[in-house]
Amino acid sequence: MSPPAAGFPRLLALGDAAFTVEFGGGIAPEIHARVLGFAAALADCAIPGVIERVPTFRSVTVHFDPDLIDPPRLAADLLALAQAGHEAAASGRRWVLPVCFDDALAPDLPDVAAHCGLAREAVIERLTATEFSVYMLGFLPGFAYLGGLPAALEMPRLATPRTRVPAGSLAIAGRMAAIYPWDSPGGWRLVGRTGVGLFDAGNATRPALLAAGDRVRFRAVASLAEAAEITETVPELP
Amino acid sequence: MSAALEIVSAGLGVSVQDAGRPGHRSIGVPLSGALDPLLLAAANHLAGSLAGAAGLEVLLAGPTLRATGGPVCVALAGELAGRIVGVGGDVRRLAAWSAAVLQPGDSLQLGRPQGVAYLAVAGGFLTPPMLGSRATYARAGLGGVDGRALAAGVRLPCAPFAGDPQHALQAAPLLHPGGAIRVIPGPQADHFTPAALASFYSEPWTLTPARDRMGLRLAGPRLVHVPGGADIVSDGVTPGAIQVPADGQPIVLLADCQTVGGYPKIATVIRADLPRLAHLPPGAEIRFVAVDATHAAEARAAQARLLAGWRTTLRPAVRHGDIPTETLLAANLAGAALRGDEEG
Repeated sequence: MSPPAAGFPRLLALGDAAFTVEFGGGIAPEIHARVLGFAAALADCAIPGVIERVPTFRSVTVHFDPDLIDPPRLAADLLALAQAGHEAAASGRRWVLPVCFDDALAPDLPDVAAHCGLAREAVIERLTATEFSVYMLGFLPGFAYLGGLPAALEMPRLATPRTRVPAGSLAIAGRMAAIYPWDSPGGWRLVGRTGVGLFDAGNATRPALLAAGDRVRFRAVASLAEAAEITETVPELP
Repeated sequence: MSAALEIVSAGLGVSVQDAGRPGHRSIGVPLSGALDPLLLAAANHLAGSLAGAAGLEVLLAGPTLRATGGPVCVALAGELAGRIVGVGGDVRRLAAWSAAVLQPGDSLQLGRPQGVAYLAVAGGFLTPPMLGSRATYARAGLGGVDGRALAAGVRLPCAPFAGDPQHALQAAPLLHPGGAIRVIPGPQADHFTPAALASFYSEPWTLTPARDRMGLRLAGPRLVHVPGGADIVSDGVTPGAIQVPADGQPIVLLADCQTVGGYPKIATVIRADLPRLAHLPPGAEIRFVAVDATHAAEARAAQARLLAGWRTTLRPAVRHGDIPTETLLAANLAGAALRGDEEG
Protein backbone atom coordinates (compact mmCIF):
# COMPACT_ATOMS: atom_id res chain seq x y z
CA MET A 1 0.00 0.00 0.00
CA SER A 2 1.41 3.39 -0.99
CA PRO A 3 1.78 6.01 1.75
CA PRO A 4 -0.98 8.65 1.95
CA ALA A 5 -0.37 12.04 0.33
CA ALA A 6 1.21 14.62 2.65
CA GLY A 7 -1.35 16.41 4.80
CA PHE A 8 -3.97 13.69 4.27
CA PRO A 9 -6.23 12.29 5.51
CA ARG A 10 -7.85 15.43 6.83
CA LEU A 11 -11.32 16.33 8.05
CA LEU A 12 -13.38 19.37 7.01
CA ALA A 13 -16.67 20.56 8.50
CA LEU A 14 -19.53 20.84 5.99
CA GLY A 15 -21.96 22.77 8.18
CA ASP A 16 -23.25 21.36 11.48
CA ALA A 17 -24.49 18.02 10.13
CA ALA A 18 -21.73 16.69 7.84
CA PHE A 19 -17.99 16.16 7.68
CA THR A 20 -15.89 15.61 4.59
CA VAL A 21 -12.88 13.33 5.05
CA GLU A 22 -10.26 13.93 2.34
CA PHE A 23 -7.68 11.37 1.24
CA GLY A 24 -5.78 13.40 -1.36
CA GLY A 25 -5.90 16.41 -3.62
CA GLY A 26 -6.54 14.89 -7.00
CA ILE A 27 -8.15 12.13 -9.03
CA ALA A 28 -6.08 8.95 -8.85
CA PRO A 29 -6.84 5.24 -8.42
CA GLU A 30 -4.76 4.92 -5.23
CA ILE A 31 -6.57 7.85 -3.58
CA HIS A 32 -9.92 6.45 -4.64
CA ALA A 33 -9.01 3.03 -3.19
CA ARG A 34 -8.60 4.74 0.20
CA VAL A 35 -11.95 6.53 -0.29
CA LEU A 36 -13.79 3.26 -0.93
CA GLY A 37 -11.90 1.45 1.85
CA PHE A 38 -12.85 4.13 4.36
CA ALA A 39 -16.49 4.19 3.21
CA ALA A 40 -16.72 0.41 3.58
CA ALA A 41 -15.01 0.41 6.99
CA LEU A 42 -17.32 3.18 8.19
CA ALA A 43 -20.37 1.26 6.98
CA ASP A 44 -19.16 -1.74 8.98
CA CYS A 45 -18.95 0.45 12.12
CA ALA A 46 -22.69 1.25 11.85
CA ILE A 47 -22.32 4.31 14.11
CA PRO A 48 -25.72 5.38 15.45
CA GLY A 49 -26.53 8.88 14.19
CA VAL A 50 -24.52 8.54 10.97
CA ILE A 51 -27.13 8.86 8.23
CA GLU A 52 -25.14 8.18 5.08
CA ARG A 53 -21.73 8.25 3.40
CA VAL A 54 -21.07 9.82 0.02
CA PRO A 55 -17.81 8.63 -1.56
CA THR A 56 -16.38 10.97 -4.20
CA PHE A 57 -13.12 11.10 -6.19
CA ARG A 58 -10.88 11.91 -3.23
CA SER A 59 -13.14 12.22 -0.19
CA VAL A 60 -16.07 10.79 1.71
CA THR A 61 -18.80 13.11 2.97
CA VAL A 62 -20.43 11.77 6.13
CA HIS A 63 -23.92 13.11 6.84
CA PHE A 64 -25.04 12.75 10.46
CA ASP A 65 -27.80 13.81 12.84
CA PRO A 66 -26.09 16.29 15.19
CA ASP A 67 -28.82 15.78 17.78
CA LEU A 68 -27.98 12.07 18.04
CA ILE A 69 -24.20 12.23 17.95
CA ASP A 70 -21.56 14.52 19.46
CA PRO A 71 -19.83 16.15 16.44
CA PRO A 72 -16.33 16.49 18.00
CA ARG A 73 -16.44 12.85 19.08
CA LEU A 74 -17.54 11.75 15.62
CA ALA A 75 -14.81 13.89 14.04
CA ALA A 76 -12.16 12.17 16.17
CA ASP A 77 -13.55 8.71 15.36
CA LEU A 78 -13.67 9.47 11.61
CA LEU A 79 -10.10 10.75 11.57
CA ALA A 80 -8.85 7.71 13.49
CA LEU A 81 -10.64 5.40 11.05
CA ALA A 82 -9.21 7.35 8.09
CA GLN A 83 -5.69 7.13 9.50
CA ALA A 84 -6.04 3.37 9.87
CA GLY A 85 -5.64 3.39 6.08
CA HIS A 86 -8.22 0.89 4.85
CA GLU A 87 -8.02 0.22 1.15
CA ALA A 88 -10.85 -1.24 -0.86
CA ALA A 89 -10.48 -4.76 -2.06
CA ALA A 90 -11.59 -5.10 -5.69
CA SER A 91 -15.13 -5.82 -4.64
CA GLY A 92 -17.15 -3.89 -7.21
CA ARG A 93 -19.16 -5.52 -9.94
CA ARG A 94 -18.02 -5.67 -13.56
CA TRP A 95 -20.44 -4.58 -16.22
CA VAL A 96 -20.49 -4.78 -19.99
CA LEU A 97 -22.95 -2.20 -21.31
CA PRO A 98 -24.08 -2.15 -24.96
CA VAL A 99 -23.70 1.14 -26.82
CA CYS A 100 -24.88 2.11 -30.28
CA PHE A 101 -22.47 4.51 -32.00
CA ASP A 102 -24.79 5.45 -34.90
CA ASP A 103 -24.25 8.99 -36.19
CA ALA A 104 -27.68 10.09 -35.03
CA LEU A 105 -26.98 8.89 -31.49
CA ALA A 106 -23.38 10.16 -31.34
CA PRO A 107 -23.57 13.79 -32.48
CA ASP A 108 -20.13 14.75 -31.12
CA LEU A 109 -18.22 11.70 -32.37
CA PRO A 110 -16.97 13.49 -35.55
CA ASP A 111 -15.69 16.45 -33.48
CA VAL A 112 -13.97 14.16 -31.00
CA ALA A 113 -12.32 12.23 -33.85
CA ALA A 114 -11.16 15.45 -35.52
CA HIS A 115 -9.91 16.96 -32.26
CA CYS A 116 -7.98 13.80 -31.37
CA GLY A 117 -6.66 13.23 -34.89
CA LEU A 118 -8.23 9.81 -35.06
CA ALA A 119 -10.60 8.07 -37.42
CA ARG A 120 -14.16 7.73 -36.14
CA GLU A 121 -13.76 3.95 -35.91
CA ALA A 122 -10.52 4.37 -33.94
CA VAL A 123 -12.33 6.45 -31.31
CA ILE A 124 -14.94 3.70 -30.94
CA GLU A 125 -12.19 1.07 -30.71
CA ARG A 126 -10.50 2.94 -27.86
CA LEU A 127 -13.82 3.47 -26.04
CA THR A 128 -14.68 -0.22 -26.24
CA ALA A 129 -11.15 -1.36 -25.34
CA THR A 130 -11.14 0.57 -22.04
CA GLU A 131 -12.18 -0.72 -18.64
CA PHE A 132 -13.62 2.26 -16.79
CA SER A 133 -13.85 2.60 -12.99
CA VAL A 134 -16.89 4.15 -11.30
CA TYR A 135 -15.43 6.91 -9.13
CA MET A 136 -18.67 8.29 -7.78
CA LEU A 137 -22.33 9.00 -8.48
CA GLY A 138 -23.75 12.49 -8.48
CA PHE A 139 -25.12 15.36 -10.59
CA LEU A 140 -28.29 13.32 -11.16
CA PRO A 141 -29.64 10.14 -9.53
CA GLY A 142 -27.68 7.25 -11.03
CA PHE A 143 -25.17 9.46 -12.92
CA ALA A 144 -21.81 7.67 -12.61
CA TYR A 145 -18.46 9.39 -13.17
CA LEU A 146 -16.31 6.84 -15.02
CA GLY A 147 -12.55 7.26 -14.74
CA GLY A 148 -10.02 5.76 -17.12
CA LEU A 149 -10.72 7.50 -20.43
CA PRO A 150 -7.52 7.19 -22.54
CA ALA A 151 -5.52 10.42 -22.80
CA ALA A 152 -5.82 10.14 -26.60
CA LEU A 153 -9.57 10.90 -26.27
CA GLU A 154 -9.24 13.83 -23.88
CA MET A 155 -11.28 16.84 -24.94
CA PRO A 156 -12.79 19.75 -22.96
CA ARG A 157 -16.53 19.94 -22.46
CA LEU A 158 -18.72 22.03 -24.79
CA ALA A 159 -18.36 25.80 -24.36
CA THR A 160 -22.15 26.06 -24.33
CA PRO A 161 -23.95 23.12 -22.73
CA ARG A 162 -26.88 21.53 -24.52
CA THR A 163 -30.25 22.32 -22.96
CA ARG A 164 -31.31 18.69 -23.44
CA VAL A 165 -29.13 15.61 -23.53
CA PRO A 166 -31.21 12.46 -24.17
CA ALA A 167 -31.27 9.81 -21.45
CA GLY A 168 -28.85 6.97 -22.19
CA SER A 169 -26.27 9.20 -23.89
CA LEU A 170 -22.66 8.06 -23.46
CA ALA A 171 -20.61 11.19 -22.99
CA ILE A 172 -16.97 12.14 -22.42
CA ALA A 173 -15.23 15.22 -21.00
CA GLY A 174 -11.66 15.60 -19.83
CA ARG A 175 -10.49 12.17 -18.68
CA MET A 176 -14.00 11.01 -17.72
CA ALA A 177 -16.91 9.23 -19.32
CA ALA A 178 -20.50 9.06 -18.11
CA ILE A 179 -23.98 7.99 -19.16
CA TYR A 180 -26.87 10.39 -18.62
CA PRO A 181 -29.58 8.43 -16.75
CA TRP A 182 -32.17 11.16 -17.44
CA ASP A 183 -32.92 13.74 -20.10
CA SER A 184 -31.11 16.76 -18.73
CA PRO A 185 -29.02 19.75 -19.66
CA GLY A 186 -25.37 18.81 -20.11
CA GLY A 187 -22.04 19.95 -21.52
CA TRP A 188 -20.23 16.64 -22.13
CA ARG A 189 -19.51 15.34 -25.64
CA LEU A 190 -22.07 12.79 -26.80
CA VAL A 191 -20.40 9.80 -28.45
CA GLY A 192 -23.03 7.05 -28.31
CA ARG A 193 -26.23 5.86 -26.67
CA THR A 194 -27.23 2.90 -24.55
CA GLY A 195 -30.72 1.58 -23.93
CA VAL A 196 -29.80 0.28 -20.49
CA GLY A 197 -31.76 1.85 -17.63
CA LEU A 198 -29.38 3.31 -15.08
CA PHE A 199 -31.89 4.21 -12.39
CA ASP A 200 -35.09 2.52 -11.27
CA ALA A 201 -36.80 4.11 -8.29
CA GLY A 202 -39.06 1.05 -8.07
CA ASN A 203 -36.06 -1.09 -7.18
CA ALA A 204 -35.93 -0.40 -3.44
CA THR A 205 -32.72 -2.35 -2.75
CA ARG A 206 -30.61 -1.16 -5.71
CA PRO A 207 -32.20 1.77 -7.52
CA ALA A 208 -28.94 2.77 -9.25
CA LEU A 209 -27.42 0.21 -11.61
CA LEU A 210 -23.84 1.33 -10.96
CA ALA A 211 -22.06 1.92 -7.66
CA ALA A 212 -18.73 3.51 -6.79
CA GLY A 213 -16.04 0.84 -7.24
CA ASP A 214 -17.76 -0.95 -10.13
CA ARG A 215 -15.91 -1.52 -13.44
CA VAL A 216 -17.59 -0.82 -16.78
CA ARG A 217 -16.79 -1.79 -20.35
CA PHE A 218 -18.75 -0.83 -23.45
CA ARG A 219 -19.73 -3.17 -26.27
CA ALA A 220 -20.63 -1.76 -29.69
CA VAL A 221 -24.01 -2.86 -31.05
CA ALA A 222 -25.66 -2.08 -34.36
CA SER A 223 -28.89 -0.49 -33.13
CA LEU A 224 -30.43 1.12 -30.08
CA ALA A 225 -32.88 -1.79 -29.93
CA GLU A 226 -29.92 -4.09 -29.25
CA ALA A 227 -28.45 -1.66 -26.75
CA ALA A 228 -30.60 -2.65 -23.79
CA GLU A 229 -29.04 -5.99 -22.91
CA ILE A 230 -26.74 -5.77 -19.90
CA THR A 231 -24.01 -8.21 -19.12
CA GLU A 232 -22.73 -8.41 -15.59
CA THR A 233 -19.56 -10.44 -15.41
CA VAL A 234 -18.64 -12.32 -12.28
CA PRO A 235 -16.26 -10.28 -10.13
CA GLU A 236 -12.80 -11.76 -9.94
CA LEU A 237 -11.49 -12.65 -6.54
CA PRO A 238 -8.97 -10.13 -5.24
CA MET B 1 -63.13 4.80 0.00
CA SER B 2 -60.27 7.05 0.85
CA ALA B 3 -60.62 10.78 0.86
CA ALA B 4 -58.57 13.09 -1.31
CA LEU B 5 -57.92 16.68 -2.17
CA GLU B 6 -58.32 17.13 -5.90
CA ILE B 7 -56.36 19.89 -7.59
CA VAL B 8 -58.75 22.37 -9.21
CA SER B 9 -56.00 24.82 -10.10
CA ALA B 10 -52.36 24.09 -9.43
CA GLY B 11 -51.02 27.43 -8.19
CA LEU B 12 -47.31 28.16 -8.64
CA GLY B 13 -44.36 26.55 -6.93
CA VAL B 14 -46.58 23.96 -5.22
CA SER B 15 -45.23 20.49 -4.43
CA VAL B 16 -45.74 17.58 -2.06
CA GLN B 17 -42.92 17.60 0.51
CA ASP B 18 -42.08 15.78 3.71
CA ALA B 19 -38.96 15.46 5.87
CA GLY B 20 -36.91 14.44 2.82
CA ARG B 21 -35.28 11.39 1.31
CA PRO B 22 -32.03 10.70 3.20
CA GLY B 23 -30.02 7.56 2.60
CA HIS B 24 -29.56 7.72 -1.17
CA ARG B 25 -27.10 10.56 -1.64
CA SER B 26 -24.31 8.11 -2.49
CA ILE B 27 -26.21 7.29 -5.69
CA GLY B 28 -26.92 10.91 -6.53
CA VAL B 29 -30.45 11.24 -5.09
CA PRO B 30 -30.91 14.68 -3.48
CA LEU B 31 -32.23 15.04 0.05
CA SER B 32 -35.28 17.14 -0.99
CA GLY B 33 -38.06 17.72 1.57
CA ALA B 34 -39.58 20.92 2.96
CA LEU B 35 -37.54 24.12 2.61
CA ASP B 36 -38.82 25.03 6.10
CA PRO B 37 -39.21 21.79 8.09
CA LEU B 38 -40.25 23.81 11.15
CA LEU B 39 -43.32 25.23 9.39
CA LEU B 40 -44.19 21.84 7.88
CA ALA B 41 -44.05 20.44 11.43
CA ALA B 42 -46.29 23.29 12.61
CA ALA B 43 -48.84 22.68 9.84
CA ASN B 44 -48.80 18.98 10.66
CA HIS B 45 -49.28 19.70 14.36
CA LEU B 46 -52.32 21.86 13.59
CA ALA B 47 -53.67 19.02 11.44
CA GLY B 48 -52.99 16.45 14.17
CA SER B 49 -50.28 14.69 12.14
CA LEU B 50 -46.70 13.67 12.81
CA ALA B 51 -44.08 16.36 12.17
CA GLY B 52 -42.67 14.77 9.02
CA ALA B 53 -45.96 13.82 7.37
CA ALA B 54 -46.30 14.88 3.73
CA GLY B 55 -47.92 18.26 3.10
CA LEU B 56 -48.10 20.77 0.28
CA GLU B 57 -45.36 23.37 0.09
CA VAL B 58 -46.49 26.66 -1.47
CA LEU B 59 -43.79 28.99 -2.77
CA LEU B 60 -45.50 31.49 -5.08
CA ALA B 61 -49.28 31.04 -5.40
CA GLY B 62 -51.59 28.71 -3.57
CA PRO B 63 -53.66 26.08 -5.36
CA THR B 64 -57.41 25.56 -5.28
CA LEU B 65 -58.33 22.13 -3.92
CA ARG B 66 -61.61 20.26 -3.61
CA ALA B 67 -62.34 17.60 -1.00
CA THR B 68 -63.65 14.34 -2.41
CA GLY B 69 -64.50 10.94 -0.99
CA GLY B 70 -64.85 12.10 2.62
CA PRO B 71 -64.23 14.99 4.98
CA VAL B 72 -60.65 16.32 5.08
CA CYS B 73 -59.10 18.24 7.97
CA VAL B 74 -56.76 20.89 6.54
CA ALA B 75 -54.29 23.19 8.31
CA LEU B 76 -52.14 26.12 7.22
CA ALA B 77 -48.75 27.25 8.53
CA GLY B 78 -46.89 30.27 7.24
CA GLU B 79 -48.34 33.50 5.94
CA LEU B 80 -50.95 31.95 3.69
CA ALA B 81 -54.72 32.21 4.03
CA GLY B 82 -57.62 31.04 1.93
CA ARG B 83 -61.35 30.73 1.71
CA ILE B 84 -63.56 27.70 1.75
CA VAL B 85 -66.44 27.61 -0.69
CA GLY B 86 -69.07 25.11 0.37
CA VAL B 87 -71.14 22.93 -1.90
CA GLY B 88 -74.06 25.25 -1.30
CA GLY B 89 -72.03 28.34 -2.23
CA ASP B 90 -71.46 29.47 1.36
CA VAL B 91 -68.06 31.07 1.86
CA ARG B 92 -65.92 31.08 4.99
CA ARG B 93 -62.44 32.24 5.59
CA LEU B 94 -59.54 29.92 6.47
CA ALA B 95 -57.06 32.11 8.30
CA ALA B 96 -53.32 31.58 8.32
CA TRP B 97 -52.20 29.37 11.22
CA SER B 98 -55.54 27.60 11.49
CA ALA B 99 -57.19 24.25 10.86
CA ALA B 100 -60.71 23.42 9.68
CA VAL B 101 -62.65 20.57 8.12
CA LEU B 102 -63.66 20.43 4.46
CA GLN B 103 -66.75 18.41 3.62
CA PRO B 104 -66.82 16.48 0.35
CA GLY B 105 -67.43 19.00 -2.43
CA ASP B 106 -66.07 21.94 -0.42
CA SER B 107 -63.24 23.70 -2.18
CA LEU B 108 -60.37 25.58 -0.60
CA GLN B 109 -58.98 28.53 -2.54
CA LEU B 110 -55.56 29.51 -1.22
CA GLY B 111 -54.06 32.94 -1.82
CA ARG B 112 -50.46 34.00 -2.30
CA PRO B 113 -48.05 33.27 0.53
CA GLN B 114 -45.56 35.66 2.02
CA GLY B 115 -42.50 33.48 2.15
CA VAL B 116 -42.89 29.72 2.01
CA ALA B 117 -46.05 28.21 3.53
CA TYR B 118 -47.50 24.76 4.07
CA LEU B 119 -50.86 23.05 3.88
CA ALA B 120 -51.17 19.86 5.89
CA VAL B 121 -54.00 17.35 6.16
CA ALA B 122 -54.83 15.08 9.08
CA GLY B 123 -52.75 11.93 8.64
CA GLY B 124 -50.67 13.49 5.87
CA PHE B 125 -51.01 13.02 2.13
CA LEU B 126 -50.89 9.34 1.25
CA THR B 127 -49.24 9.63 -2.15
CA PRO B 128 -46.99 6.63 -2.85
CA PRO B 129 -43.59 6.91 -1.15
CA MET B 130 -40.57 6.42 -3.41
CA LEU B 131 -37.22 5.46 -1.89
CA GLY B 132 -38.71 6.06 1.55
CA SER B 133 -40.15 9.52 0.98
CA ARG B 134 -43.11 11.32 -0.58
CA ALA B 135 -41.03 14.45 -1.28
CA THR B 136 -41.25 15.60 -4.89
CA TYR B 137 -38.02 15.68 -6.92
CA ALA B 138 -39.30 16.42 -10.40
CA ARG B 139 -35.94 16.14 -12.22
CA ALA B 140 -35.90 12.40 -11.60
CA GLY B 141 -39.64 11.85 -11.36
CA LEU B 142 -39.52 11.02 -7.66
CA GLY B 143 -42.29 11.51 -5.12
CA GLY B 144 -45.44 13.60 -5.28
CA VAL B 145 -47.86 12.20 -7.84
CA ASP B 146 -45.70 10.28 -10.37
CA GLY B 147 -42.92 12.78 -9.71
CA ARG B 148 -44.62 15.36 -11.88
CA ALA B 149 -45.70 18.95 -11.37
CA LEU B 150 -49.18 19.10 -9.88
CA ALA B 151 -51.92 19.82 -12.42
CA ALA B 152 -55.68 20.22 -12.41
CA GLY B 153 -57.43 16.91 -11.90
CA VAL B 154 -54.65 15.30 -9.87
CA ARG B 155 -55.90 13.66 -6.65
CA LEU B 156 -53.86 13.80 -3.47
CA PRO B 157 -55.12 10.90 -1.35
CA CYS B 158 -55.45 11.26 2.41
CA ALA B 159 -57.34 9.69 5.30
CA PRO B 160 -60.98 10.74 5.77
CA PHE B 161 -61.35 12.90 8.91
CA ALA B 162 -63.36 11.02 11.50
CA GLY B 163 -63.64 13.84 14.07
CA ASP B 164 -66.12 16.64 14.69
CA PRO B 165 -67.09 18.34 11.40
CA GLN B 166 -67.04 21.65 13.30
CA HIS B 167 -63.43 21.02 14.45
CA ALA B 168 -61.38 24.20 14.03
CA LEU B 169 -58.11 25.36 15.56
CA GLN B 170 -56.18 28.59 15.56
CA ALA B 171 -52.57 29.23 16.59
CA ALA B 172 -50.26 32.19 16.88
CA PRO B 173 -47.82 32.81 14.03
CA LEU B 174 -44.55 30.97 14.46
CA LEU B 175 -41.82 33.50 13.82
CA HIS B 176 -38.23 32.66 13.03
CA PRO B 177 -35.73 34.83 14.86
CA GLY B 178 -34.05 37.61 12.88
CA GLY B 179 -30.40 38.57 12.81
CA ALA B 180 -27.50 37.51 10.66
CA ILE B 181 -27.52 34.08 9.01
CA ARG B 182 -25.16 31.85 11.00
CA VAL B 183 -22.63 29.76 9.09
CA ILE B 184 -19.82 27.36 9.84
CA PRO B 185 -16.77 28.42 7.77
CA GLY B 186 -15.59 26.12 5.00
CA PRO B 187 -15.06 23.43 3.92
CA GLN B 188 -13.08 25.41 1.29
CA ALA B 189 -12.62 28.79 3.00
CA ASP B 190 -8.91 28.50 2.15
CA HIS B 191 -9.79 28.85 -1.54
CA PHE B 192 -10.52 32.57 -0.99
CA THR B 193 -8.32 35.61 -0.47
CA PRO B 194 -8.30 37.22 3.01
CA ALA B 195 -10.08 40.22 1.47
CA ALA B 196 -12.82 37.96 0.06
CA LEU B 197 -13.32 36.29 3.42
CA ALA B 198 -13.52 39.69 5.11
CA SER B 199 -16.11 40.91 2.57
CA PHE B 200 -18.17 37.77 2.92
CA TYR B 201 -18.70 38.39 6.63
CA SER B 202 -18.80 42.20 6.64
CA GLU B 203 -20.87 43.13 3.58
CA PRO B 204 -24.61 42.75 3.05
CA TRP B 205 -25.77 40.22 0.40
CA THR B 206 -28.84 40.75 -1.76
CA LEU B 207 -31.12 37.87 -2.71
CA THR B 208 -31.58 37.81 -6.49
CA PRO B 209 -34.67 36.53 -8.35
CA ALA B 210 -32.56 33.53 -9.53
CA ARG B 211 -33.82 30.90 -7.13
CA ASP B 212 -35.56 27.58 -7.01
CA ARG B 213 -35.66 24.61 -4.66
CA MET B 214 -32.05 23.75 -5.60
CA GLY B 215 -30.52 27.03 -4.53
CA LEU B 216 -30.59 30.78 -4.46
CA ARG B 217 -28.10 33.22 -5.91
CA LEU B 218 -26.84 36.19 -3.94
CA ALA B 219 -25.40 39.44 -5.27
CA GLY B 220 -22.72 41.53 -3.60
CA PRO B 221 -19.03 42.32 -3.80
CA ARG B 222 -17.07 39.91 -6.00
CA LEU B 223 -15.42 37.24 -3.85
CA VAL B 224 -11.98 36.60 -5.26
CA HIS B 225 -10.50 33.10 -5.16
CA VAL B 226 -6.83 32.44 -4.54
CA PRO B 227 -5.06 31.59 -7.82
CA GLY B 228 -6.48 28.31 -9.15
CA GLY B 229 -9.04 28.24 -6.34
CA ALA B 230 -12.23 28.64 -8.38
CA ASP B 231 -12.56 24.94 -9.18
CA ILE B 232 -12.22 21.94 -6.93
CA VAL B 233 -12.34 18.23 -7.56
CA SER B 234 -16.08 17.67 -7.05
CA ASP B 235 -16.93 16.67 -3.50
CA GLY B 236 -19.99 16.21 -1.32
CA VAL B 237 -22.37 19.12 -0.76
CA THR B 238 -25.41 19.58 1.44
CA PRO B 239 -28.31 22.05 1.74
CA GLY B 240 -26.87 25.24 3.26
CA ALA B 241 -23.48 24.97 1.56
CA ILE B 242 -22.50 28.30 -0.04
CA GLN B 243 -20.78 27.69 -3.36
CA VAL B 244 -18.82 30.48 -5.04
CA PRO B 245 -18.19 29.92 -8.77
CA ALA B 246 -15.59 31.88 -10.76
CA ASP B 247 -17.88 34.92 -11.04
CA GLY B 248 -17.45 35.48 -7.27
CA GLN B 249 -21.19 35.57 -6.51
CA PRO B 250 -22.39 33.06 -3.88
CA ILE B 251 -25.08 30.41 -4.37
CA VAL B 252 -26.73 29.00 -1.24
CA LEU B 253 -27.75 25.40 -1.88
CA LEU B 254 -31.25 24.36 -0.78
CA ALA B 255 -33.19 21.12 -0.27
CA ASP B 256 -33.14 19.88 -3.89
CA CYS B 257 -29.41 20.53 -4.39
CA GLN B 258 -27.23 17.94 -6.07
CA THR B 259 -25.26 15.58 -3.88
CA VAL B 260 -21.82 16.67 -5.17
CA GLY B 261 -20.46 19.89 -6.62
CA GLY B 262 -17.32 21.31 -8.20
CA TYR B 263 -17.30 24.86 -6.80
CA PRO B 264 -15.47 25.81 -3.59
CA LYS B 265 -17.74 26.32 -0.58
CA ILE B 266 -16.79 29.38 1.45
CA ALA B 267 -19.12 28.48 4.34
CA THR B 268 -22.20 26.41 5.18
CA VAL B 269 -25.40 27.75 6.75
CA ILE B 270 -26.27 26.00 10.01
CA ARG B 271 -29.33 23.80 9.92
CA ALA B 272 -31.37 26.02 12.25
CA ASP B 273 -30.98 29.10 10.03
CA LEU B 274 -31.41 27.60 6.56
CA PRO B 275 -35.25 27.71 6.63
CA ARG B 276 -35.17 31.48 7.15
CA LEU B 277 -33.65 32.01 3.69
CA ALA B 278 -36.61 30.39 1.95
CA HIS B 279 -38.91 33.13 3.31
CA LEU B 280 -36.94 36.12 2.07
CA PRO B 281 -38.11 37.83 -1.12
CA PRO B 282 -35.76 38.82 -3.95
CA GLY B 283 -34.11 42.11 -3.04
CA ALA B 284 -33.89 41.31 0.66
CA GLU B 285 -30.49 41.78 2.25
CA ILE B 286 -28.79 39.34 4.56
CA ARG B 287 -25.50 39.17 6.42
CA PHE B 288 -23.45 36.17 7.44
CA VAL B 289 -21.79 35.52 10.77
CA ALA B 290 -19.40 32.66 11.56
CA VAL B 291 -20.26 30.35 14.46
CA ASP B 292 -18.92 27.02 15.74
CA ALA B 293 -20.59 23.63 16.22
CA THR B 294 -21.46 24.40 19.86
CA HIS B 295 -23.33 27.53 18.83
CA ALA B 296 -25.07 25.57 16.05
CA ALA B 297 -26.25 23.02 18.64
CA GLU B 298 -27.63 25.82 20.82
CA ALA B 299 -29.43 27.25 17.79
CA ARG B 300 -31.07 23.88 17.07
CA ALA B 301 -32.13 23.60 20.73
CA ALA B 302 -33.57 27.13 20.62
CA GLN B 303 -35.50 26.21 17.48
CA ALA B 304 -36.92 23.12 19.18
CA ARG B 305 -38.03 25.30 22.11
CA LEU B 306 -39.58 27.78 19.66
CA LEU B 307 -41.71 25.01 18.15
CA ALA B 308 -42.63 23.60 21.57
CA GLY B 309 -43.64 27.08 22.78
CA TRP B 310 -45.69 27.68 19.64
CA ARG B 311 -47.62 24.44 20.22
CA THR B 312 -48.98 25.89 23.46
CA THR B 313 -50.72 28.65 21.45
CA LEU B 314 -53.17 26.25 19.78
CA ARG B 315 -56.76 27.11 20.69
CA PRO B 316 -60.17 26.09 19.41
CA ALA B 317 -60.96 28.64 16.72
CA VAL B 318 -63.81 31.03 17.21
CA ARG B 319 -66.28 30.25 14.43
CA HIS B 320 -66.16 32.52 11.44
CA GLY B 321 -68.41 35.49 11.73
CA ASP B 322 -67.63 35.88 15.43
CA ILE B 323 -64.37 37.79 14.90
CA PRO B 324 -64.08 40.99 12.93
CA THR B 325 -62.19 40.38 9.71
CA GLU B 326 -59.72 43.13 10.65
CA THR B 327 -58.59 41.08 13.65
CA LEU B 328 -57.86 38.06 11.48
CA LEU B 329 -56.05 40.17 8.94
CA ALA B 330 -53.96 41.76 11.66
CA ALA B 331 -52.97 38.32 12.89
CA ASN B 332 -51.95 37.29 9.38
CA LEU B 333 -49.80 40.35 8.88
CA ALA B 334 -47.87 39.61 12.04
CA GLY B 335 -45.76 37.38 9.84
CA ALA B 336 -43.98 40.43 8.48
CA ALA B 337 -41.56 39.86 11.36
CA LEU B 338 -40.20 36.99 9.29
CA ARG B 339 -38.51 39.62 7.23
CA GLY B 340 -36.72 41.14 10.20
CA ASP B 341 -33.54 39.63 8.71
CA GLU B 342 -33.43 42.41 6.16
CA GLU B 343 -31.75 44.66 8.65
CA GLY B 344 -29.17 41.95 9.22
